[in-house]
Amino acid sequence: MMLGWELPPHNSGGLGVACYYMSKALALQGANIDFVVPYDAVHPTVDFMKIHSATRLTPLERYGLGAYDSDKVLDKPLSKADINDLKDMRGVQKRYVKYVEKLVKKLNPDVIHAHDWLTIEAGMRAKELTDAPLVIHVHATEFDRSGGTGNPLIHEIEYQGLMMADRIIAVSQITKNIIMQKYNIPGDKIEVVHNAIDVESLNDGYQYDNCTYKYLEALKSEGYTVVVTITRFTIQKGLTFFVKAAAKACEKYDKLVFLLAGDGEQRDELIDLAADLGIADKIFFTGFVRGKQWRDAYSVGDIFVMSSVSEPFGLTALEAAHHGNALILTNQSGVSEVLQSVFKYDYWDENMLADQIIGIATSDSLKESMQQDVKREYNRISWNDVAKKCFHIYESARQKVLS
Amino acid sequence: MTKRGIVLYLHAHQPFRVRKYSVFDTAVNHDYFDEPDYNTERNNEQVFKKVANKSYRPMNAMLEKLLAVHPEFKISLSITGVFIEQAEKWAPDVMESFKRLVATGRVEIVAETYYHSLAFFYSRTEFEHQVEAHKAKIREVFGVETNVFRNTELSYNDEMAKWAEGYGFKGILAEGWDPILQWRSPNFMYRPAGTKNISLMMKNYRLSDDIAFRFGDKAWPQWPLSSDTYNDWVNDSITDKSIVNLFMDYETFGEHQWADTGIFEFYAAFIGKWLENPVNTFYTVSGAVDAFKPIGEISMPDTVTWADTERDLTAWTGNSMQRESLRYVYSMENDIMRTNDLELISDWRKLQTSDHFYYMCTKWFNDGDVHAYFSPYKSPYDAFLYYINAIRDLRWRLHNKHHTGGLNG
Repeated sequence: MMLGWELPPHNSGGLGVACYYMSKALALQGANIDFVVPYDAVHPTVDFMKIHSATRLTPLERYGLGAYDSDKVLDKPLSKADINDLKDMRGVQKRYVKYVEKLVKKLNPDVIHAHDWLTIEAGMRAKELTDAPLVIHVHATEFDRSGGTGNPLIHEIEYQGLMMADRIIAVSQITKNIIMQKYNIPGDKIEVVHNAIDVESLNDGYQYDNCTYKYLEALKSEGYTVVVTITRFTIQKGLTFFVKAAAKACEKYDKLVFLLAGDGEQRDELIDLAADLGIADKIFFTGFVRGKQWRDAYSVGDIFVMSSVSEPFGLTALEAAHHGNALILTNQSGVSEVLQSVFKYDYWDENMLADQIIGIATSDSLKESMQQDVKREYNRISWNDVAKKCFHIYESARQKVLS
Repeated sequence: MTKRGIVLYLHAHQPFRVRKYSVFDTAVNHDYFDEPDYNTERNNEQVFKKVANKSYRPMNAMLEKLLAVHPEFKISLSITGVFIEQAEKWAPDVMESFKRLVATGRVEIVAETYYHSLAFFYSRTEFEHQVEAHKAKIREVFGVETNVFRNTELSYNDEMAKWAEGYGFKGILAEGWDPILQWRSPNFMYRPAGTKNISLMMKNYRLSDDIAFRFGDKAWPQWPLSSDTYNDWVNDSITDKSIVNLFMDYETFGEHQWADTGIFEFYAAFIGKWLENPVNTFYTVSGAVDAFKPIGEISMPDTVTWADTERDLTAWTGNSMQRESLRYVYSMENDIMRTNDLELISDWRKLQTSDHFYYMCTKWFNDGDVHAYFSPYKSPYDAFLYYINAIRDLRWRLHNKHHTGGLNG
């Protein structure tokens, strides 16, 4: 039994994507999966597992709860939450727990695999009601999401869950370290399983037609280099450092433009900052992009930067590599643990980032070899390997419960 | 004996607002001013037709009546070129009614920039082009010459007065701001510092703003303001003086102050009451310049406007988004002008209209006074992004069609 919060196409971030491909690879290797989501909707491409809807909410109403905004008031323990208040995150979570309580008795699962704090309480309850082991999969901790101290209630939920879990999966060594250091969980309980990318899903006949970002294409034909990032505009993503580095790079080398695809609470601040630094016309804001506009944002890029202050994994870097970008990643991103043909820097090191951008932009041979070499690397990372590791962890968790 | 009088001056303007113009439109569509969604405040046609019904039609009809009833009633209007373009497209009857007003010979048109721009502060040649373009448009539409100048947002400084004198204007309008006037009254004719042949008329902002800003405000202690009371105030103010300059937006009547506030009835009644006193009359701006010699010199080295409590340009140039936008648009001048591409030049000039920069103003957010933000956009940041994309598209057109300018950023 998988306890999740979202699946494509009803996802607002990478969590849903990871859950989808992980489940698919597990199913292909013979797992029988019951996947619980907190909303009710059709998932047209899911035929490899059974999806259970814990509430009648539409995906849109569920977005409205702001799953990743930990500063949106959350202070109620579940016992005080109103199960009928589906506008409140805690109300929805309470309903989710109740639903799982019923479901778990019916299904009698072999393993409970819960993803992130949103479903941890349901996972703990399910473990109490069955003999099945609890595996908690940490895609991001509250420390990552908040970029600082975070919400005490969420910390408490994470701590309880991680203590009670039979095994823990962390999406990177960085995440494992956080779990060990901040929550005092012994390292041998935690396994690092990096995320992967499903190349098949990207080979759907998509071809870049040079049309979506026509102005950027025109700049490219004038010799400009397009530096792209696709992300949520939150503190965690380190974008103010990125914009400052952009200004520094432009001082030394003018033929650069920056595409910031996405949206978030930091947008206005970033616009202000770019104007203050005198590079407002070098930075392109697209707003939230989906579908073709989303893929074309990768395709128009020459260099992809992941500037995160704290990034448990960072799937977008793999997607960017697939679309032919040279990568620059912060040492604070999990994905930098699995890729070598990339530039790495510390998120605060604006000079280093500026230097790396100029280096790639001014050397075609460097750019081309980085673009080609990283493609070879990401191709080796597959969800099948993730699934194999998961099976192994399930097995060890069951043995732990039995003993 | 020369009668004392009111100089009524109304300013009519509508900008070509930029639509939701995204990165994805840039270098593809060049229709910056054609918002497809009719029901938004970004749709210029919708806004113009709405304001025509609420303000331009009823106000012009009333002015025609007042001119017919009171032989001494006179008024001055400034009408921007971009206003006339929109009126010709979407409300030709409004243009006809303006023409009838001017044809009475008692309605004077005031000169300004065609595009309601801040060009004076960024490019003197572009500024003169726009003043000339406005003069030509007024000549074409109304068959009259303009003799008195006002700049966008009533912005003014000594240098501008010298320019206007050199250009041949006999009068210029400015805010009657206390720190400038000090002990002096705005109710006299003045001479701008360093000039010989031009007169300065200064807005009596208290009496003007009683109508323009406070008339319908129920929280104002003087509400509801009667025409008798207001007539007393103006008579008191002008005692032993020559003129009272009542300058305000034309849209005060019916749009800023809705008809149901009683603004139209109030105004008509006030005109009648004012003229009941035989020593009172009305002047057009030129008429006032001819009738009264300057009594002293006024110097305004720094720019003063009629906006906000600061009376400066910070609502247009106060933050870096605004300054960057202004820098981008004016830095294209030479390349744009060289193309002789009339459509391109016109689009570029429409992007100089001061309203675009006003929509990017954040100073009210800083003051916590978000209600002061009047804009068709979700935020100043959205206004900025659409504007920058339009600037980029201009660059693309320059580059693609005319092989000049070089793309950047």
